[in-house]
Amino acid sequence: MSGVRQTVRYTEYHPRWYRTRVSTWWWLSRWPYLKFILREISSVFVAWFVVVLLLQIRALSRGPQAYAAFEHWLQNPVIVLLNLTAMFFVTFHAVTWFNLTPRAMVVRFGGKRVPDGLIVGTNYAAWAAVSVVLAWFLLRS
Amino acid sequence: MAETISVEVARYSPERDTEPSSQRYDVPLHKDWVVLDALNYIKDKMDGSLTFRWSCRMGICGSCGMMVNGEPKLTCATFLSDYAGDGSPVRVQPLRYFPVIRDLVVEITDFMNKLQSVKPWLIRGDEKAVSEGEYLQTPEQLDRYKQFSMCINCLLCYAACPVYGLDPVFIGPAAIALAQRYNMDSRDEGAGERMDVLAQHEGIWGCTFVGECTKVCPKHVDPAGAIQQYKLTATIERFKSFLMPWAAGNSEMESAK
Repeated sequence: MSGVRQTVRYTEYHPRWYRTRVSTWWWLSRWPYLKFILREISSVFVAWFVVVLLLQIRALSRGPQAYAAFEHWLQNPVIVLLNLTAMFFVTFHAVTWFNLTPRAMVVRFGGKRVPDGLIVGTNYAAWAAVSVVLAWFLLRS
Repeated sequence: MAETISVEVARYSPERDTEPSSQRYDVPLHKDWVVLDALNYIKDKMDGSLTFRWSCRMGICGSCGMMVNGEPKLTCATFLSDYAGDGSPVRVQPLRYFPVIRDLVVEITDFMNKLQSVKPWLIRGDEKAVSEGEYLQTPEQLDRYKQFSMCINCLLCYAACPVYGLDPVFIGPAAIALAQRYNMDSRDEGAGERMDVLAQHEGIWGCTFVGECTKVCPKHVDPAGAIQQYKLTATIERFKSFLMPWAAGNSEMESAK
């Protein structure tokens, strides 16, 4: 006998099964799917606000004239509309992700899991606190 | 005559059909009847050729998962009366995203292989001799993984997951939740072995957190939670092995127990 091991491989039973193709528009079929896609798209608007911030910093570094031009650009109706849309999506982004935090974050205290509401609530509280501090800083003059 | 309800059932015969069709049956509408009762009534009294899987009738075996009006449901826990009233038929279809073998029966070998690949059993580095007694566990240690251990492999979460539908190489919600069930078990030492399978693109990183798996789970297992929690663990482990190569291993998983 040679050292080669023989293995018998039977052909696996393979029925004539039917597979449905997933439609390109699957995300329109149900509201939770659409909400998910909107949440994903919201990241584009988050990126847009980052771009606006970078442009603002660049204008600031180039002096008062450049900054005035930047402010004038912000008043363009197209940009106002775009920023309003972006604001809506960024809020949607923040709210949906805050509400999902308890799924990813398990905090244990005294041997018990901290309830979901408390984790979400802490997020909103931190958001509110940061917003208050920023509002105070911007509006104090 | 008793009140009836129409049930529209997907039919597919691999010998005859090139694609599924639907067939309508009028079954008696009893207050305490679930969709599975209707299917059994059809099979017993109207059409013996209807094929579907079922066993326990009480949400334990996980065999009777189907799409009811487009939603993944355990048909033994879905009451017909909830769909009565508007006159439209109750649509019953095989679980979405799986190949259909016949009528309402889907092919699940793919899931079985994936489940096997994440090693859902206790792995020990050093096995204790039987004479040394059992591995002890406190109620608090049990509490950390108990939720994930409730999975009955009914596959409703796969039928709810568009990622699995679009990219079937994704390991999927139930298999990852079950891997996490053992990772979180204080008696287990196999987290490092499972990480090779889980921390790859087809594993946890395939998940985009649609979150529907958790919503459809009849046992409240929260597979979406299991996956996100594991993403956190895998990221911490990766950074640790990068920053402190000498300390790599199961440290994070072990400290989580």
